[in-house]
Amino acid sequence: MEATYAILVRWFPEVAGWPAWAIAVLSAALPALACFTFVSLGPIVYVYAERKISAFMQDRLGPMRVGPYGVLQTIADTIKLLFKEAVFPRGVDRKLFVVAPLLVNVGAFLPFVVIPWGARLQPADLNVGIFYVSAISAISTVGLIMAGWASNNKYALFGAMRSAAQIVSYEIPSLLIILVPVMIVGSLSLQDLVLAQQGGLSRWFLFRYFPLMPVAFVCFFVAALAETNRAPFDIPEAESELVAGFHTEYSGFFFSLFFLAEYTEMFVVSAVASVLFLGGYLAPHPWLQQLGPLPLGWFWLWFKAWALVFVMMWLRWTVPRARVDQLMYIAWKVLLPISLGLVLVVGALVLGPSTANGFSWDRWVGWPLTLLVVGFLFTVMVRALLWNRSRGRDLGASGSPSPVQVWR
Amino acid sequence: MREWLQNVWEGFFTVLVGMRITWRHLFTKSVTLQYPSEKWPLPPRTRMRLFMKYEDCIGCGQCVRACPVSCISMETEKRPSDAKPIWASTGHAIKLDVTAFDIDMSLCCYCNLCVYPCPTFCIYMTPDYEFATRDLTEHLYRFAKPDAVFLTENPKKKPEADPKPGASPAGASGT
Repeated sequence: MEATYAILVRWFPEVAGWPAWAIAVLSAALPALACFTFVSLGPIVYVYAERKISAFMQDRLGPMRVGPYGVLQTIADTIKLLFKEAVFPRGVDRKLFVVAPLLVNVGAFLPFVVIPWGARLQPADLNVGIFYVSAISAISTVGLIMAGWASNNKYALFGAMRSAAQIVSYEIPSLLIILVPVMIVGSLSLQDLVLAQQGGLSRWFLFRYFPLMPVAFVCFFVAALAETNRAPFDIPEAESELVAGFHTEYSGFFFSLFFLAEYTEMFVVSAVASVLFLGGYLAPHPWLQQLGPLPLGWFWLWFKAWALVFVMMWLRWTVPRARVDQLMYIAWKVLLPISLGLVLVVGALVLGPSTANGFSWDRWVGWPLTLLVVGFLFTVMVRALLWNRSRGRDLGASGSPSPVQVWR
Repeated sequence: MREWLQNVWEGFFTVLVGMRITWRHLFTKSVTLQYPSEKWPLPPRTRMRLFMKYEDCIGCGQCVRACPVSCISMETEKRPSDAKPIWASTGHAIKLDVTAFDIDMSLCCYCNLCVYPCPTFCIYMTPDYEFATRDLTEHLYRFAKPDAVFLTENPKKKPEADPKPGASPAGASGT
């Protein structure tokens, strides 16, 4: 809000003379409006991207008819959804039925309050920022349970129960892993978290404490994936088991609200992951932080979040849906021990010898290990490439029937 | 512990393998054919919608008898004796007026059996397959045209030969 006020006064000096309440309302409403527009128009792009990416991964073309290359398809779908009748089946609890999708959206929209798009481009720099994000996004669970309960439908209730179990399980590892960067920085504010990663690619938390932080990132990403109810953890809306899970009975506008919330949550989670591990709005190199007078922070955060959203879509169209027991196995037996161990080890490293007497993990352990792993991966890739090529030549020369291929 | 590590590593690694496959497919050419604007080339002698060239029909009714599903119906009248002599383009004299020739394509089984017996090759199957309609009755094609223009001269008559083979029906009706 202070930043908005400063910008307002710089561009429109007469604003300074306005009454205090008007300034307060204006400087709160402008970023809110900007966030809201961004959030509500975003899914139009995400849904189109998802449909295109899924199509390309399955050797299809995806939407091609509405507009050039189908770019207007999502807009057409949105208009269709908005104009459809919202059906209230007999026996639903009408109040909860209406409130539930709104509550889910509250959980999806409010984290945008603290997401930093630049050093000053942030609606509000709360000192409990990351805590606020995880607390607020947990609200959407209540919305999901409400939706399942209000629908008066056994499949919807199953979906709601599953989503509750899933989100509650995955909150624990994700929060524990959030603790890891927070311990390094010593602050919960997203702005501080980003600023602690200044100095280029190698200072990003993803590449600190080499084998530890990448593992933390992968674990956080998996947990985030599960918290957004995305495939392969989409059992709350597993269409082959539960019709459509918690939104079975929803139609028209209210259904589109669930859709909006899902894609917004995807973006929020990706943005938080990039703030925690990928340097937020910081460029890979300080040179790329500015383009002349134009600060590029918003672009970098957007780009990183988008890259992670792409990975989510990529995973969705790669991996089959996990069973409920597999889901619980991953949460309680894989992610939880790993994240607990990470908290302990990174905590020890932060407190311990890191800067005290010249020992630096990143310098003495991280770099050699990075070199080792990268070298190993490189040799594996080169060998695979050479092997493929020689096999191709052999086949071409002799014309023998192809051997059994394990995978291609 | 060893088993657990192996399990976790396998889960992680197999996901990466799957992602490698989908990544590769992301850049392969799609197999989709943009149907109304692109079409598969049809093989030669494709049997699709039936067509009947009314001007060549002599009303022999062999196609009607050949049809296993009775989708062709034909009505003929004997051509009046004082009418102008007409011929099919194959040189057959048309002695019957075909007053109705209906093919119900919703019944047709595309067997091509009606095509073989036709002496004038006037009924045949076209490669046109896009004839879906909203109403099933629109699949009843009526081929009889009241304003058809027939050949009034025998196209196969040799110019200098004696008028025995082709002209006999015309000669009979001429008196």
